[in-house]
Amino acid sequence: MIVSWSWLAPLISILYLGLLFAVAYYADWRAARDRSLIRSPFVYALSIAVYCTSWTYYGSVGRAAVSGIGFLPIFLGPTLIAALWWLILGKIIAISKRNHITSIADFISSRYGKSPVLGGMVTLFVVIGIMPYIALQLKAIAVSLEVLIRHMDAGWTTNVPFVPWRDTALYVAMLLALFAILFGTRHLDASERHEGLVAAIAFESIVKLGAFLALGLFVTFGLFDGFGDLFGQALANPELARLMTFEAIPGGYSSWLAMTFLAMMAVMFLPRQFQVLVVENVNEGHLRQASWLFPLYLFAFNLFVFPIALAGRLLFADGSVDPDTFVLVLPILGRQEWLAPLVYLGGLSAATSMVIVEAIAMSIMVGNDLVLPFFLQFRKALREDLSGIILTIRRGIIVVLMLLGYLYFRLLGESHTLVGIGMVSFAAVAQFAPAILLGIFWTGASRRGALAGVLTGFLIWTHTLLLASFAKSGWIAVGFLTEGPWGIGWLKPEALFGLTGFDPITHSVFWSILCNTGVMVAISLFDRQTAVEQIQAQNFVNVFQKGARGGNEYLWSGFVSVRELRHLLARFIGPLAAEEDFAEYHRQRHLQPSDDAQAPANLVAFAEKRLTGAIGSASARVMISSVVKGEELDLQGVMRILDETSQVIEYSQRLEIKSRQLEAATLQLREANEQLRELDRMKDEFISTVSHELRTPLTSIRAFSEILRDNEDMDLVERRNFTDIIVKEAERLSRLVNQILDLAKIDAGRMEWHEVEVDLPLLAREAIDATRQLFDNKAVRLINKVPEISCRRMADRDKIMQVIINLLSNAVKFCSPGTGEVCIEWRETGEGVGLAVVDNGPGIPEGELEKVFDKFHQVNQGGMEWPLGSGLGLTISQRIIERHQGRIWVESTAGEGSAFIFTLPHPEPSS
Amino acid sequence: MSHEILIVDDAPNIVLSLEFLMKKEGFAVRSVGDGEEALRAVEEKQPDLILLDVMMPKKNGYEVCEAIRTNPAWKGIRIIMLTAKGREVEQEKGLALGADDYVVKPFSTRELVLKVRAMLGLEDATPA
Amino acid sequence: MSLSKSRKERLVVLTILGVLALDYPLLALFSRAELFLGIPVLLFYLFGFWLAFILLMAAILKRKGVEKP
Repeated sequence: MIVSWSWLAPLISILYLGLLFAVAYYADWRAARDRSLIRSPFVYALSIAVYCTSWTYYGSVGRAAVSGIGFLPIFLGPTLIAALWWLILGKIIAISKRNHITSIADFISSRYGKSPVLGGMVTLFVVIGIMPYIALQLKAIAVSLEVLIRHMDAGWTTNVPFVPWRDTALYVAMLLALFAILFGTRHLDASERHEGLVAAIAFESIVKLGAFLALGLFVTFGLFDGFGDLFGQALANPELARLMTFEAIPGGYSSWLAMTFLAMMAVMFLPRQFQVLVVENVNEGHLRQASWLFPLYLFAFNLFVFPIALAGRLLFADGSVDPDTFVLVLPILGRQEWLAPLVYLGGLSAATSMVIVEAIAMSIMVGNDLVLPFFLQFRKALREDLSGIILTIRRGIIVVLMLLGYLYFRLLGESHTLVGIGMVSFAAVAQFAPAILLGIFWTGASRRGALAGVLTGFLIWTHTLLLASFAKSGWIAVGFLTEGPWGIGWLKPEALFGLTGFDPITHSVFWSILCNTGVMVAISLFDRQTAVEQIQAQNFVNVFQKGARGGNEYLWSGFVSVRELRHLLARFIGPLAAEEDFAEYHRQRHLQPSDDAQAPANLVAFAEKRLTGAIGSASARVMISSVVKGEELDLQGVMRILDETSQVIEYSQRLEIKSRQLEAATLQLREANEQLRELDRMKDEFISTVSHELRTPLTSIRAFSEILRDNEDMDLVERRNFTDIIVKEAERLSRLVNQILDLAKIDAGRMEWHEVEVDLPLLAREAIDATRQLFDNKAVRLINKVPEISCRRMADRDKIMQVIINLLSNAVKFCSPGTGEVCIEWRETGEGVGLAVVDNGPGIPEGELEKVFDKFHQVNQGGMEWPLGSGLGLTISQRIIERHQGRIWVESTAGEGSAFIFTLPHPEPSS
Repeated sequence: MSHEILIVDDAPNIVLSLEFLMKKEGFAVRSVGDGEEALRAVEEKQPDLILLDVMMPKKNGYEVCEAIRTNPAWKGIRIIMLTAKGREVEQEKGLALGADDYVVKPFSTRELVLKVRAMLGLEDATPA
Repeated sequence: MSLSKSRKERLVVLTILGVLALDYPLLALFSRAELFLGIPVLLFYLFGFWLAFILLMAAILKRKGVEKP
């Protein structure tokens, strides 16, 4: 071979990275001209595929080669949770955008009262948990390069000695650091997206998928004769056949479940995933398409994993090749001079994209949540432009992180398989899940709860996974694993409290997540949140509710001038950007900018959010509080303001209710007054009516008596006539008196009622007999239509009889002699049974219908003789029927007669 | 020369008794059953004196009294209200509206006759 | 991301279905060293279900008409 791969391989690596730089640069260039490359759900989904690292690229095959389909949960988990992204990530993205949140540490810190301690802690844990993962990528790059060079150049036998200056991993790490610095730390406001970065990541996702699919096709159809052939051969080998079942998976179903869960959380909460999913999200609507596009990507990526693994096992049956390198060795074995470098580049792209995004995400976290708080404390007095310094800090952090990753890889790297390290990182990140998920759905989750939960989870993770892995690497005595620390058996890291039967990851996940969540919930339930915590909890949980964002404005009660505030912002994001932001603020609210004016609370909140985007929520709060005069940041004060506001609102609401109640009471009073007056008037009227009714017969009686007395010479006929009048009037008078007494008794409740079983139809017949004479006298026909049935009700027999007679005599009074006709009918309705007395008299005008039952009501009927009735009969009848829970009413059409109807209720079923 | 009396009451038996009393005194008598009829009767032929019940259908006694008094042509008509209501307010209301006197039901027939005679200026009249 | 209530319900049910289908005991039914159409039964089931799950999700999330936020 003429060319040496020992320089060709590094060259294509560098060329590839150069291409990456070009893509990123081009995307940034386009973005600056407002012709963005990345405003598409497809690019978004591809950028999420940064999830697939070299661990996926090389490690999945390695894992499949030894444990069958055990690698799949890492991709099935994300697929399952993607169906719920609208619920979880949709909310997280909305919260982050509204609050200018730029990292997972900032998210948690901001949710729990902008706690600097929590932010710092999360960052520290991320560094500890993710560092091995970065090391893993560097190792993958180094190993793959080595394999490529060794096998392409020298076949199988040459063992290339380690030469320091050929330590490619270090150079690659430095190149990646350069990339991250160039495209990830260009401006300070991290909430401004890095378009170049996203474009490069999306590009890399295409490269790694393309390369892997090409390899898969080559292996399946080039080295073998299709799937049937490959699987058929594998099935013939009992050891490989075993890989096709669950038996090959260490830990079995419980491990499968634990890994699914870890992957679900990791795909959202790994720093790089949070970066691309949340921070780099251009459009919240893209999440919708990405929810199924990204799983589809994973699906495509995994199609050939198992076939490639089986092919490796079949072809290298002697076990001479590390399964983690199957991916690269297979095309070399097949003498594919173009495919092999392409596959290598695919692996390189998988590793580099992960390292770059992870480094940027972590530099933001470490800068904002670990370094800046200290830095600001010491440099608080300095009034200078800090934006340059902060960017420098971030760049430094990236370099340091890369070097740390490299060191980690050099020191610990040889002792682990790729997959092992990845799962350890997943388990670390999962410790943030309870704080985040509870935090966005439960306002009760408190800062102390989250702190304790995350800390507990992390301690258990450290003990059961990290220290255990150190022990396995020989860094600490193996006794730590086998005997437990200090020989305490129940503290054995892989059998905590004596729990056995799980693989180490499942064991760790079980204990850490259980304790993490348990501690967090328990403490939150008994905790009292501070004002800031409460406000932030509301802001997060109710992010989609209108007005939920207003709460922030209560945070600042002190004084600061607009100028001071702008200067503060300028120190972090630059004078020009600060100027623009403030102008924009004023423009949106149609306000006149005035430098000397006191900044309104919402302007302070606005500035705080802009600062949050640059330096994180905790530091932003510290900085704002450093310029706001008065009470620096008095939580009691905030509480008080909140209290007062809510009290004022409550008072005014109560006042409103009271005044409404008063109004209603006034109205009621007026009505009652009216009623009283009406009653009074009615009483007066009643008295005068009664007196009139009584005096009229009295007058006749007296007049005729005196006439008889004074005229002894009257002729007999006249005398007889006058005597008759006196008798009739006297009868009328006594009837009237009786009725008045009856009515008074009923109204006063002193009437005696004798309830017996009464047969209504029978009673009707008796009443007809009793009034027959009346009808005959006036030549009015009486028609009895009451059927010969028996219908019994409990009632006062005499009173009901009185009612029927009253109705009949009323009817006869209103009928004309000769043509008059009264009909008594049987009525049965839903409410009861009763009788109707129908006449063909003049009827009752509609307006009078309701009044006929009133006391002394006399229907005005022209030409009628007076008096036809006392005017009390119907009133008494009504009282009697009402006393029996029945109903009495009249139906009439003027000129066509009327029908008086009463019913008594059906007996209650129970009685 | 015979004086004419108009009796206005809605209770037929009272009308009957009044007719008997007035006729016995030698007056000409007409009688009607309600206020509207009363006014028609006055328009038709002006009586010398009206015995006017208060509580009647259509137009009550006060209204009739008021209507008669607003017409100057009927100035000479004497009016005696027959009121069932013993309360002073009611009686004064009648007087205020232009009635010349009132009797309270149930009235003494002798007293009534004396009042009528006095009102018509007959010699043996003595005030009540 | 704003979705109509019915879509949300479908996605929740789909997730539950997915978790059930991709775990013990349903998976154990397919844990056999046999081929189906030339492909290991377990692999066939997993990838088949996986693809169906993604397609269902795509169908539910497909933008249809105008949706009120």
